[in-house]
Amino acid sequence: MSSDKKDIDEVTGTDTTGHSWDGIKELNNPLPRWWLWTLYMTIVWAIGYSIAYPAWPMISGATAGVLGYSTRAEVAADIARFEEANAGISAELAAADLTTLSDNEDLMRYATSAGAAVFRNNCSQCHGSGAAGSKGYPNLLDDDWLWGGDFENISYTIRHGIRNEEDWDARYSEMTAFDDILSGDEIDAVVQHVLAISNQDHDAALAETGGVIFYDNCAACHGDDGAGNRDMGAPNLTDAIWLYGGDTASLEGTVRYARFGVMPNWGTRLTEAEIQAVTAYVHQLGGGE
Amino acid sequence: MENYIKLVVLGLITLIAAIGANWGRDVAYVVHAIIIMLVSGFLFVRTLRLTDEPVRPIPIDGYMDDVVRAGVIATTFWGVVGFLVGVVIAFQLAFPSLNFEFLQPFGNFGRLRPLHTSAVIFAFGGNALIMSSFYIVQRTCGARLWGGNLSWFVFWGYNLFIVLAATGYLLGATQSKEYAEPEWYVDIWLTIVWVAFLAVYLGTIFNRKEKHIYVANWFLLSFIITVAMLHIVNNLSVPVSIWGSKSVQLFAGVQDAMTQWWYGHNAVGFFLTAGFLGMMYYFVPKQAGRPVYSYKLSIIHFWALIFLYIWAGPHHLHYTALPDWASTLGMVFSIILWMPSWGGMINGLMTLQGAWDKLRTDPIIRMMVISLAFYGMSTFEGPMMSIRAVNSLSHYTDWTIGHVHSGALGWNGMITFSALYFLTPRLWGRAQMHSMSAINWHFWLATIGIILYAASMWVTGIMEGLMWREVDANGFLVNSFADTVSAKLPMYIVRGLGGVMYLVGALIMAWNIFMTVKGGARQKAFVGVPAE
Repeated sequence: MSSDKKDIDEVTGTDTTGHSWDGIKELNNPLPRWWLWTLYMTIVWAIGYSIAYPAWPMISGATAGVLGYSTRAEVAADIARFEEANAGISAELAAADLTTLSDNEDLMRYATSAGAAVFRNNCSQCHGSGAAGSKGYPNLLDDDWLWGGDFENISYTIRHGIRNEEDWDARYSEMTAFDDILSGDEIDAVVQHVLAISNQDHDAALAETGGVIFYDNCAACHGDDGAGNRDMGAPNLTDAIWLYGGDTASLEGTVRYARFGVMPNWGTRLTEAEIQAVTAYVHQLGGGE
Repeated sequence: MENYIKLVVLGLITLIAAIGANWGRDVAYVVHAIIIMLVSGFLFVRTLRLTDEPVRPIPIDGYMDDVVRAGVIATTFWGVVGFLVGVVIAFQLAFPSLNFEFLQPFGNFGRLRPLHTSAVIFAFGGNALIMSSFYIVQRTCGARLWGGNLSWFVFWGYNLFIVLAATGYLLGATQSKEYAEPEWYVDIWLTIVWVAFLAVYLGTIFNRKEKHIYVANWFLLSFIITVAMLHIVNNLSVPVSIWGSKSVQLFAGVQDAMTQWWYGHNAVGFFLTAGFLGMMYYFVPKQAGRPVYSYKLSIIHFWALIFLYIWAGPHHLHYTALPDWASTLGMVFSIILWMPSWGGMINGLMTLQGAWDKLRTDPIIRMMVISLAFYGMSTFEGPMMSIRAVNSLSHYTDWTIGHVHSGALGWNGMITFSALYFLTPRLWGRAQMHSMSAINWHFWLATIGIILYAASMWVTGIMEGLMWREVDANGFLVNSFADTVSAKLPMYIVRGLGGVMYLVGALIMAWNIFMTVKGGARQKAFVGVPAE
């Protein structure tokens, strides 16, 4: 302390350190006891914790801690616990014939809850968490299937995907972009024809011309009546369900520039039981055949 | 002679920047080169006009307060900008359609988010720290700022850094390190400015007329030195080309992650805690007119704080590729940090011993108290969240966002507002702020805004943490990620409203500061003169 004479703060009766900066003084209060003891306690706890758990780096590696704890082992044990519990039913599902799955109530329940989890983690990003899809991503709740809605076809689509470059067995088809092939008038006409067969407002005269153009250019895939062809993933054009929109502007865009939706092949990422499960899940959403 | 050297240097910079603007590989680099060319070109012409003119003597007596006044204005301005961007991105999260097509890519959440964090931490917080540290170091040392006009270089240089950083984010130049997004040349510029800041600060301390160094200066000095170290190490990178903004980090993988969070956590520790504790240690005793509660506590908690904080970073990387031992150490040091952090709160609150009645009459004191209360709360919450088991629930959720904002809006924001209310009348020679009731409005709007913000983020954070980990009897996940997003919508709107209230409070403050500066009775005596 700088001076012999004690400088006492009048309000509290505590002496100050005798320094003053721009009028600020400091009281000579001791450390609050509870503060100090809490600090000591956290230090003691920290020492104990670092003995119990992996903590101190040594020359080669670190102390492992007397509890032998590891975050990786904790997660692995968690996963193993469920895998072990599910091992029997999971093997049963992997080998099951899905067409008769609904006869086995327990297996069906397991498959749909497992399939729902697989769907939420892997499929919901495109098809939506409720599987209702969005523009460019098909709705899986209805019975309008591009590539088929029975167990075998759903399973194949999930396993190999659509138009991806990773899987040679991926479903593949490619619509022609008619921008360079048809004239503007012809495109307008064929759009009117599609509006007509899907029961929308249209220009009857144009639609009739369009019918001929449709027959020459589109019917090979979409069928003479426009009802689509699942072998080629060609959509049914006569209903009210549209993947990219059924209004004049969207249809014109589709005719001119075509569409090329891609789905990954999940066969390399999911286990056999998971593919079975998510197939069963999608099938029971409403439109399974 | 000095001017001729300046002319050569400025001319060279202008020339190189012009070449950079011509050869730049990406739009951010080109825009930055043009900004640098214009700034150095302007300074070149200005220097040229002053050369061989009679030299206006730089005043050497009296405190150098012009730069502090500029800092008050800059702090207010950047605060409003930062809060505004925060409100915009809060509503973008609630309503994604606010990422308007015509604003892409500049107005995308992904680019506005770092703009918000950097605007509030570095532009608002940084200007507040530089401005108040210049004020405090002069008063507590009884000495004028060292280095002549060097403090002006620090002020303008730092604000140029902010403009370069902000435009860089909008134009897509980022090194993708949280709170360290600016690219290599902006980092180099900040390093130069920061060294000048350190020089001004140390120079002033060396010239002090008081024998001892006041506690506020310990904290501010530790802030300046440590931030320099953190900034340099975390930004070690190799530019892909000197004519482009892209650079490659020196560290890779988990080493890079660890360096980043060593930096990130200590940006909180030394920028937002130690630096602002320096402000607290000056403005609270001054405003309360009371001595600091305990000198011993200030020593012990200062050294404990700066020793412990530097080890706590790994708690940002629990359950990642980081080895368990490092994660344990980060956690235990964070727990020990609890009391050293609270030392500042105790010393601040107990300084009001004998002045508690001012809580009723003085809205500035009230702001300081609420600031210290939020400081205490978030420095308890932080150690708690660093515990591995708690972190497994809280990590990656909005709880973290709520935690950060109760610290940033509550502690950093409120202590800065009270410092601005303290400084403005003194710096412009006014008896008091233009409107005391406006300070009251600001206080309540900000306080309720923070409570809405923090409470809504606790709710969504814990909710989404629980939803993410929820599994059924067979161990299958119950919720998809999108389910948690849609569940959060109501709380996101509440959070946005909290932000609006905080922003309105800051706008009231800006108006109040403007009116105080503009008019009212002058009171000359307030502007200080060094002791002796």
